[in-house]
Amino acid sequence: MTGWIDWHTYLVLILVGFLPNEVWRVLGLMLARGLDEGSEILVWVRAVATAVLAGVVAQLIFFPAGALAAVPMSVRVGAALCGFLAFLLIRRSVFAGVVVGEAVLLAGALLLVP
Amino acid sequence: MSTPLQPGPSQSTARAFLSGVVAAWTSVFALVLAGSYIGIGALAHDFGFSIGWMTASTLLVWAAPAQVILVSTLGAGAALIEVALAIALSAVRLLPMVVALLPLLRTERTRQRELILPTHFTAISMWVEALRLLPQIPRENRIAYCNGIGLGFMTIACIAGAIGYLLAGRLPLPLAATLLFLTPMAFLVSVIRNSRLMVDRLAFAIGFAVGPLMIWGKVDLALMWTGLIGGTVAHVAARLVARKGRPS
Repeated sequence: MTGWIDWHTYLVLILVGFLPNEVWRVLGLMLARGLDEGSEILVWVRAVATAVLAGVVAQLIFFPAGALAAVPMSVRVGAALCGFLAFLLIRRSVFAGVVVGEAVLLAGALLLVP
Repeated sequence: MSTPLQPGPSQSTARAFLSGVVAAWTSVFALVLAGSYIGIGALAHDFGFSIGWMTASTLLVWAAPAQVILVSTLGAGAALIEVALAIALSAVRLLPMVVALLPLLRTERTRQRELILPTHFTAISMWVEALRLLPQIPRENRIAYCNGIGLGFMTIACIAGAIGYLLAGRLPLPLAATLLFLTPMAFLVSVIRNSRLMVDRLAFAIGFAVGPLMIWGKVDLALMWTGLIGGTVAHVAARLVARKGRPS
């Protein structure tokens, strides 16, 4: 039974994880000769993808799973805001943004989570 | 100091590959990637996946946003078709990345199958570093160098994913929460950093606002609608602004 469940999760990984993801890389490989990177359709496609990604980030902050769900919403949003501000203020450094956001979240979690 | 700034004499394929691996391991993205994958590993643990499955998803999918969607939607019991659609939408961005990267790698003698590995390795971190570093590499060494960057980053991601997975169950709650927060925090800033055009920034802002509303309203295919609405509105708005700003 466990073996079957395991086999099943790997099949799901290939069908709904690997294939829908890899198809765009393979398409890119096939189109790489003809397509102009600045064309309007690609600008739109990239905007759609960026919006999806933003939705995922927002979902993980506003509707988190696991241990993060135990941290109050105000701490999660405050930490994301502080990290974002640090990123803007400290030479648009991804590292600075992540470190500050994480520090605020950890401090908030230590203070507010029993 | 010995790194040539101009295309230098060609090295052996193995040397080029190894210098690609070193470039990946010494890149700032190694840290962001490690952070993100510690978070994803912890997420995979919390949703009940095995560590082997987590590693396989890194090797096969090799796109942190898609892996976050995959773990959290599958773990939450979403319909498989919705998971596949959400993954496909999140991965569209890989297409223009591959299209922009491959011309840098190709020579007249390059066969299409030599480009399969660099194509699979293409992801945000690898793409940014490859585009930055490839002009310094002799053209005939670029595919090996690029595969080195890709494999270097992938190794870090697999190790970090396993570390996050193993740590997640054993950490006190505040630390576990901090690990899980690495993923949204790292993506928030790195996606904004990579959005140099107004249309991308607008798409991010609209997606960030619309996404939670869709989920809160329990809309079916919430991420797909978030992408289509956010992307289309941003695209139209950016074109309108560009037209207004340009005197005709």
